[in-house]
Amino acid sequence: MSDAARTTVLRQALSVGVASGSYAVSFGALSVAAGLSVAQTVVLSTLMFTGGSQFALVGVLGAGGGGAAAVATAGFLGVRNGFYGLTMSPLLGPQGRGWRRPFAAHMTLDESTAVGTAQLALHPGRRDLVRLGFWATGLSVFVFWNAATLLGAYLGDALGDPRRYGLDAAAAAAFLALLWPRLVAALSRGVAAVAVGVALVLVPVTPAGVPVLAAAVVGAVAGLLPARAGARAGAEGGAP
Amino acid sequence: MTTWPVVLAGCAVCYLAKLTGWLVPHAVLERPRVVRVAALVTVALLSALFAVQTVVDAGALVLDARVPAVAVAAVLLWRRAPFVVVVVAAAVVAAGLRLAGLG
Repeated sequence: MSDAARTTVLRQALSVGVASGSYAVSFGALSVAAGLSVAQTVVLSTLMFTGGSQFALVGVLGAGGGGAAAVATAGFLGVRNGFYGLTMSPLLGPQGRGWRRPFAAHMTLDESTAVGTAQLALHPGRRDLVRLGFWATGLSVFVFWNAATLLGAYLGDALGDPRRYGLDAAAAAAFLALLWPRLVAALSRGVAAVAVGVALVLVPVTPAGVPVLAAAVVGAVAGLLPARAGARAGAEGGAP
Repeated sequence: MTTWPVVLAGCAVCYLAKLTGWLVPHAVLERPRVVRVAALVTVALLSALFAVQTVVDAGALVLDARVPAVAVAAVLLWRRAPFVVVVVAAAVVAAGLRLAGLG
């Protein structure tokens, strides 16, 4: 019985890894299209290892934005991983401390947190399944993510002119796909609409990269406003 | 090449964000307002990145083949299509329109 549950978790980790691989092929191709080298693209997947931030960094650089704006945008998008770490650290217990802590931090992703915490509801009291889900999913995504990034980077390199193959539209669709599951709550949709407006109004009058960072202020202000019923739902809508 | 420092600094910042969650006492990060700000900043950043990637070209607002491509992507997301299908469909629509001399 317990072995069957562990096999199910491992199978889930594997399928999430394969799914993330398909996504990393797009990242590899888009990163090279944005002007990064194959090596820089692969280093982002290995060391940054968080999809939203990686897409953001190459997106800002590709649009002609400055390095500081690119790093800041990627960093702000990576903040949610800090909250995942906060969620996982008591669940992992000793496995998230000592020499394992830096590795646990690196494996902290939407996917590993989602599979890990899902076991809490499915098998109450089975902390071993939470730990297995977190580590197995993190490692599985790491392997497929990096292999697929390399493949995508070479593919993007071979394709040449990114516009001819619609890779600029693919990058826009990738951001929309990342955003989509976070638009459940009305407050999130409102913030999204105002953020789009602020960014586009600023585009003609500020350097590239600034409009996106200015839009982040919209999110921060909306979050700091006094909580209402809708605002509470907004925070939940942002969870993985 | 000036891209390397940006790549490495970005990696460092994102790793520190992950590590912070494993080091900071719970009381600080578990405040509902902090959680809400983080969620909404993520929504705002992704929305702005999406908008800029869709209608901005070389610092100016431009409506081209990306707009219908993204509209197709939105319909596919609404129909719960997988990520890779959405991204490839957008690329195919934009590439097709440009091949036809549109946008």
